[in-house]
Amino acid sequence: MTARMDRRFAALAAEGRPALVTYFMGGDPDYASSLAIMKALPKAGSDIIELGMPFSDPMADGPAIQVAGQRSLKGGQTLSKTIQMARDFRLEDADTPIVLMGYYNPIYIYGVDRFIEDALEAGIDGLIVVDLPPEMDDELCIPALSRGINFIRLATPTTDAKRLPAVLENTSGFVYYVSMNGITGSALPDPSLIGGAVRRIKDHTALPVCVGFGVKTAEQARAIGASADGVVVGSAIVNQIASSLTADGAATEATVAGVEALVRSLALGVRGARVAAAE
Amino acid sequence: MNQSPFLNSFRGGPDEDGRFGIYGGRFVAETLMPLILELQDKWNEAKTDPEFQKELADLGTHYIGRPSPLYFAERLTEHLGGAKIYFKREELNHTGSHKINNCIGQILLAKRMGKTRIIAETGAGQHGVASATVAARFGLPCVVYMGATDVERQAPNVFRMKLLGAEVKPVTAGHGTLKDAMNEALRDWVTNVEDTYYLIGTAAGPHPYPEMVRDFQAVIGREAREQILKAEGRLPDVVIAAVGGGSNAIGIFHPFLDDKDVRIVGVEAGGKGLDGDEHCASITAGSPGVLHGNRTYLLQDGDGQIKEGHSISAGLDYPGIGPEHSWLNDIGRAEYVPIMDHEALEAFQLLTRIEGIIPALEPSHALAEVIKRAPTMGKEEIILMNLSGRGDKDIFTVGKILGMEL
Repeated sequence: MTARMDRRFAALAAEGRPALVTYFMGGDPDYASSLAIMKALPKAGSDIIELGMPFSDPMADGPAIQVAGQRSLKGGQTLSKTIQMARDFRLEDADTPIVLMGYYNPIYIYGVDRFIEDALEAGIDGLIVVDLPPEMDDELCIPALSRGINFIRLATPTTDAKRLPAVLENTSGFVYYVSMNGITGSALPDPSLIGGAVRRIKDHTALPVCVGFGVKTAEQARAIGASADGVVVGSAIVNQIASSLTADGAATEATVAGVEALVRSLALGVRGARVAAAE
Repeated sequence: MNQSPFLNSFRGGPDEDGRFGIYGGRFVAETLMPLILELQDKWNEAKTDPEFQKELADLGTHYIGRPSPLYFAERLTEHLGGAKIYFKREELNHTGSHKINNCIGQILLAKRMGKTRIIAETGAGQHGVASATVAARFGLPCVVYMGATDVERQAPNVFRMKLLGAEVKPVTAGHGTLKDAMNEALRDWVTNVEDTYYLIGTAAGPHPYPEMVRDFQAVIGREAREQILKAEGRLPDVVIAAVGGGSNAIGIFHPFLDDKDVRIVGVEAGGKGLDGDEHCASITAGSPGVLHGNRTYLLQDGDGQIKEGHSISAGLDYPGIGPEHSWLNDIGRAEYVPIMDHEALEAFQLLTRIEGIIPALEPSHALAEVIKRAPTMGKEEIILMNLSGRGDKDIFTVGKILGMEL
């Protein structure tokens, strides 16, 4: 069921390097530009794509992703269009895993069964739903797992040893370790502390552990990638998109090109991670 | 098999997962989960701890001024010519509204948990003022998140919070109202989870907040039930309260829920009318969804995006409602009706002139429903209304609408 995701992590393990996981907001600033960004990501070196589903009230996100969601909603994005974006992407890329990331309410209103059906058909491999902790597994996690979609859980610095097994129990695909207590796009804490946290999680699971929240530069990606199986970059990409827009928030020629350049540099960072660690 | 806690009672909820029927729950980020579970443990301990209950009662008596009076509104009753109207005078509490009942309870809990910093969200500013007040009383720093729009329309309360030593952070995201303030408070909490206590002001949010806030506010209904029995020798026919998030309403409703002959009526903000988007009638005109940690009725579009809503009253300007109200509505134990801005405004003026009480715009909505119902009821019937807050904070808003220079 988790074939595409597992194949990708197996290939990376064979290459001996961590994954570069890139997040962007679906529909930011408009559908066509956003799809062009999505298609550019693997070509620039992204191994896994997190496709953001916009929500009016993103309570775990910092200003960058909040504003990206507002741009996207203003541009007419809906959950149905975000799923369509994955479908369009799959026409030319059958291998790069796609993870939908966002909040529960739009999925709940779309209808859980219909959502799982459509997501599978569109070639979506996993879900990250920020406001569904293990206590709420009956809502979406269990139905999604039973149909073959990965449910990727967030583990955080407050997830202690007692709680970790519960968090890992119904997790598949990979574990997303949130580097700090806070919202997306905050300052990155000391990478050496993160290494310890990643090892602690790996003691409890065979799943890959990817680290995100606060990774902005190739240098940070290299440092985090030394101990993690993957490095997630989100706000930096979203900020890059924001900086390329016109005053009215429209895409420019620099929109896709800017993301490509940033992702290429991040990809070099993760490719140097294990080399740096071995030195 | 577990026996349903709801059996033979409307007062047994929520279940151990924080559910009232399909409503409630714990829809929060993982970072907050361990803290919410700890809060639940500490709350479970505190509710049965006589020491905690004693401290709560002492502060209720000597700091808040409880019990609040039950007042027979003789002139209003005469004016409307129908049912006898009684007010539960929560506006006479310290800080001017029912909000303080919950704040005192939660700050005692925060102290028990060893938390050293308080955050709160506020709409009208009544909860912000009450939070700033208890933070001052217990010597803890307090940050209040308030929508930028509300900062403007509730200037007197902003000043009061500042005088009390709280830091007021205006929130410009969204429309700058209560929902946006709550998002920002949640972001603060997730960032400062180790030392910070989030003092939620209404009976909504992740479990155990809806239950806990209700229990701290239920003192209103317990007192009122005793007081009306003493005054009239019987229970009221109808209990009416305004509902934004719904803490004053659930506080007065809850002790009456098993009195099957007492009708329960929640009044939602109908704003400028239910046809467009300019209202906050979550139950009357919304649908179930998930926001701010719980499943409940919400104002939302077909894609599950939350709408902003509108009310003349900042305290009702919230696109959701506490989950227990959603459940009480669905099972038919309570009914929820809308009152428009202009009706609330007329009620505000009527009470001021006829009883010499300036009500807040929030309970003015409940009052407008009383004004509609009382004349249709017999003179031997009784309406109990929660007069949840005083209107001093609203005089600038009302003055502006009435075209008066202040």
